[in-house]
Amino acid sequence: MQELLAQFAIFIIAAFLGFELISRVPNLLHTPLMSATNAIHGVILVGGMITLAEATDPIIRAVGFVAVIFGAANVVGGFWVTNRMLVMFRPPRPRVKRRRG
Amino acid sequence: MQVATFLAYLAAAALFIVGIRRLRRPETARSGNTLAAVGMVIALIATLFVIEFQSLLEIGAAVLIGSVLGAVSAQRVQMTAMPQVVAAYNGLGGGAAALIALSEFYHAETVGSGESLVAAITVPLTILIGSVSFAGSIIAFTKLQELAFAGSVSFPLQQVVNALLFVGILVLAANAISGGAIIPALSPVASVVVVLVASLLLGILLVIPIGGADMPIVISLLNACTGLAAAASGFVLENYILIIGGTIVGASGTILTRLMSSALGRPLGKIIFAGIAAAGTAGKGDQEEREVNDVNAGAVGEYLSEEAQKVVVVPGYGLAVAQAQGPMRDLLEVLEAEGKEVLFGIHPVAGRMPGHMNVLLTEAGVPYDKLYDIEDINPEFPDTDAVIIVGANDVVNPAANDPEQDTPISGMPILDVEQAERVIFIKRSLSPGFAGVDNPLFYDREKTMMLFSDAKQGLQEVVEAVKNG
Repeated sequence: MQELLAQFAIFIIAAFLGFELISRVPNLLHTPLMSATNAIHGVILVGGMITLAEATDPIIRAVGFVAVIFGAANVVGGFWVTNRMLVMFRPPRPRVKRRRG
Repeated sequence: MQVATFLAYLAAAALFIVGIRRLRRPETARSGNTLAAVGMVIALIATLFVIEFQSLLEIGAAVLIGSVLGAVSAQRVQMTAMPQVVAAYNGLGGGAAALIALSEFYHAETVGSGESLVAAITVPLTILIGSVSFAGSIIAFTKLQELAFAGSVSFPLQQVVNALLFVGILVLAANAISGGAIIPALSPVASVVVVLVASLLLGILLVIPIGGADMPIVISLLNACTGLAAAASGFVLENYILIIGGTIVGASGTILTRLMSSALGRPLGKIIFAGIAAAGTAGKGDQEEREVNDVNAGAVGEYLSEEAQKVVVVPGYGLAVAQAQGPMRDLLEVLEAEGKEVLFGIHPVAGRMPGHMNVLLTEAGVPYDKLYDIEDINPEFPDTDAVIIVGANDVVNPAANDPEQDTPISGMPILDVEQAERVIFIKRSLSPGFAGVDNPLFYDREKTMMLFSDAKQGLQEVVEAVKNG
């Protein structure tokens, strides 16, 4: 019971934190931000690893295996593609100088 | 749970939070993404210390396969296809959550480990949200990739079917939790499997009536859903990093969805329940012939180099489709070389996602301090000499502001281009855009020049004309 209450408290605090974290984001960053939070929920991979590790039944093993593949693709693809977007948002000054030079 | 793993999870959570914070500003965004990724690596390594080592090989193999799939697809995707790739990754995360909950339930049933009431409730919940997110994301992907289900697909009694399906899912979930007390013929495991299948169907039905223009908001909403599914699976597995990470994404994703929908002037409820209403208004077929001021690239180039001092460019989806970012930057360079002031007015829906056009233009080398949001560019129009609209219509359509007309874009904030001296459209045809609303600006022969061309070819010709002019 104690454990459950602690989990519930963390859930509520994390929810308020999430609401507060995002405010006044320029439109420019909406897509990268969505893509990055998309990668963060790939933390579900942790769950996939735990499930696969405790699997004894062959069916669960197979399902867990697929879940880990999905989770890993979510994490790696998510962060990678966000990084590709954000590489383009370099500070403007060096870019202009380089072009004129 | 080991203390070390618990502390590592807290460190990972802190890195997620700092990462998201840094993603709010262009200067720090990239480092924010990197910090969040570092947090993820910490969480994954910490997990290795609390699981059985016997299946390490299998886990390693699955992680490797998934990572290669993710990395290759992320590296290869065209920037124009960004929205559907985000949808695909999101669907995979939701699918993983549903599968994890399914196998946890099966494990608890077969091994008979005493499952708590909380786990019993969160299992069907995780399956429901995860499966809806998975199926919905796949539909979003096929729509954006233009594989199938173009536009708004609707059928009679759609809302009723969805409601019945949802009630059915609740009954089956209750049956699974109570160990088959409601429908004795259906075992608990069979019930959750049916819950999964029904939730997939619900996900498809919820997204299929929503048109492509609203897809970014749908993807953002499904992103928040997958976050919630991950959090719910955290309760199933009693794992703190899943609860924290999933909840933060669920909450921040909800706010982000609201920010997007208000930037687009599209109330969320209207989108989700829009399919049926929208189906009626499509296809207004009064095709009357009206004269326009049809010009060639030479005339546009001449006007730009001789008369215009301040130019605002409004890029739209047509520019992205034609891959005309390069010629766009060339035009910026030749105009600036002639001492003209050039700004870009980026509507929130330009491209296919908020911020999508910014990504495309900065990729092509347009400095991002030239990219203006709608609030910042609208005051600039009254003293602008020429607005060049490339492959866009809805975002500059004054019909959206006309209280007399009830159109799909009514109430959407638009770029007030009609306040500028001249308006130049580079567009393939007179066809109205995504929303299907005719634009009165096309027929203003005093103010408007229409250059009928593919965005890329048209821009290249205008660049040449300015150079030679």
